[in-house]
Amino acid sequence: MMPAAATTPRPQGGIQVRLTAILLGYGALAAAVCVLAPLVGSTHISLARAFDRSIPFADNVDAQIFFVARMPRVLSGAVVGATLATAGVVMQALLRNPLATPFTLGVSAGAALGAILVITFGATVTIGVLSPVPVASLAGALLAAAIVYALATRPGRTMSTAVLLLAGVTLNSFFSALILFVQYMADFTQTYRTVRWLMGDLDVGSFEPIVASLPLVLLAFAMFAVLPRSLNLLSVGADTASTRGVDVARTQRLAFLSSSLATSAAVSLAGPIGFVGIVVPHLVRLMVGVDHRLVLPASALFGAAFLVGCDLVARTVLAPVEVPVGVVTALLGGPFFLWLLVRKS
Amino acid sequence: MAARQKKLIAAVCAVVVLSGADLIRLARANPTAFAPQVQDNGARRIISLVPNVTEILFAIGAGPQVVGVSSYDDFPPETKALPRVGALLDPDTERIFALRPDLVIVYGSQTELEGQFARAGIRVYAYRHAGIGNVLQTMRDVARLAGRTADGDRAVGDLQAQLDTIRARVRGRPRPRTMLVIGRDMGALRGVYVSGGVGFLHELLDIAGGDDLFADIKRESVQPSNETMIVRAPDVIVELKPGNQPATATLQRERAVWNLLASVPAVRNNRVHLLYGDYLLAAGPRLGRAADTLARALHPDAFLVAEPKGPGR
Repeated sequence: MMPAAATTPRPQGGIQVRLTAILLGYGALAAAVCVLAPLVGSTHISLARAFDRSIPFADNVDAQIFFVARMPRVLSGAVVGATLATAGVVMQALLRNPLATPFTLGVSAGAALGAILVITFGATVTIGVLSPVPVASLAGALLAAAIVYALATRPGRTMSTAVLLLAGVTLNSFFSALILFVQYMADFTQTYRTVRWLMGDLDVGSFEPIVASLPLVLLAFAMFAVLPRSLNLLSVGADTASTRGVDVARTQRLAFLSSSLATSAAVSLAGPIGFVGIVVPHLVRLMVGVDHRLVLPASALFGAAFLVGCDLVARTVLAPVEVPVGVVTALLGGPFFLWLLVRKS
Repeated sequence: MAARQKKLIAAVCAVVVLSGADLIRLARANPTAFAPQVQDNGARRIISLVPNVTEILFAIGAGPQVVGVSSYDDFPPETKALPRVGALLDPDTERIFALRPDLVIVYGSQTELEGQFARAGIRVYAYRHAGIGNVLQTMRDVARLAGRTADGDRAVGDLQAQLDTIRARVRGRPRPRTMLVIGRDMGALRGVYVSGGVGFLHELLDIAGGDDLFADIKRESVQPSNETMIVRAPDVIVELKPGNQPATATLQRERAVWNLLASVPAVRNNRVHLLYGDYLLAAGPRLGRAADTLARALHPDAFLVAEPKGPGR
């Protein structure tokens, strides 16, 4: 078969073996973090009591803390972390730019605009059983993705990464200006709430919002699954990829759509939590190399563990007051990323 | 060509000389000399950038002296007819000057604005947001500045009497541990903000006979996680929301959001109250009414006994 990628530094020794090892290793890490995280919190709970079915749920404070407060947080952290990390990997390959993040192409700004419009003006709007802020942010994110997609694609032609980047960056600034304008028109409490939304929050309160985001997440992951081999070649260059038989236009579209869907779902669930989509992919590449067949699954698992860990810090370090999780990811991720940058050069 | 150029240069020189003279005159001018003089009997033209101070001005009968209000003012209804001059972030200095005020009420944080008006010789009162004691002091201060000291003392006395009545009414009753919610996302238990252990809302809750669940956190507002709310287990949850009460269906749906915290006593004993009204969140003369509403939610029994009949409620 075809070699994995021209840039893979390590000798090709059974990709299946390495993939299995990575899935087992990173899977064990993610599982361990997800199992341990709900056991720790601002208060001590008794697990025996939490799982004691003889106590009615309404009387069982430990079970309430475990199943209402902690489990949804950990699960949403895992879903959002995995989603943002993989979306980051795909975005970096698509744009062939190591600084690309899931938010580079305006998806998060669109989501923020949707959320902020509802927070400011939609005090009485409701959409079925779903609460309006996630729905509006999802709509905003998809709208932004649709605009960039429409601008950057021509029938039967490959996407220009320059056009993609410029369209995305411009849309980001444009939406940010609209956000500032809406904030300016809003009153103080609303402005405060929108700023808080922008910091990200995983305390979703129940399983419904997570379940609601799953169809999009799973669809995006299914698209990710067919991408790695083409992404390996695409990250070398569009010309190289097409001479090796990659349908470049199709791969680009799939990459764009999947990462946009994933990002939209993650942001509407928990707000735009920064740094996960850039720190995790680079960390993972440092550990497993650049082959997307390994980087993608490893990033998903490591991203889940990373964000659940960050949220654990966020909810315990200053308890009973919380630190916004986006602040924690930035505080941990920023210096680490700089260290990585200096070390490599 | 050359002649035209000379003419042009001469014209430019003339303009420069003229404007130079103007500049000197401008620099010598003392703006305070042009400012309206504050008479000893109080300010006649007042502009308020702070809605709850506007409310105080109207409550002490200084409404006719108010010539401009902030863009957020909507109470009392008379304010709607007045010119709007911006607010905390966007004060329209030009409009304010154009209205020739002799007293401008600004937020304590608007120090630059304060300096601007001081240079122009316009008296400034800087409002600082704090507890109920501060509201009462603000009432006295602006009353004095508006030349209505007696009216101010009366308004302060009235408000204090209202608050004392409510405090007396709930005295001796068990004080429920109350979570006073001042913000939450629609239809979800997310983005919950509650009153912490400082500020007028915290004090209002104390007067209305409730113990603040987050009194130990010395901040005006706190964002507790679901875990913290479950662990602290409030006896009563009161949500204060601006605006009018919505349709019953919306109200029921919003109250049902709390059912998620099934073990919390407030939820189990059906003591979750959603109270609507701008007056509940305004640190001004309507605090008495807000305390009354809050006390009725916390201690309905205390208000069951027939009140003395008469006009009023």
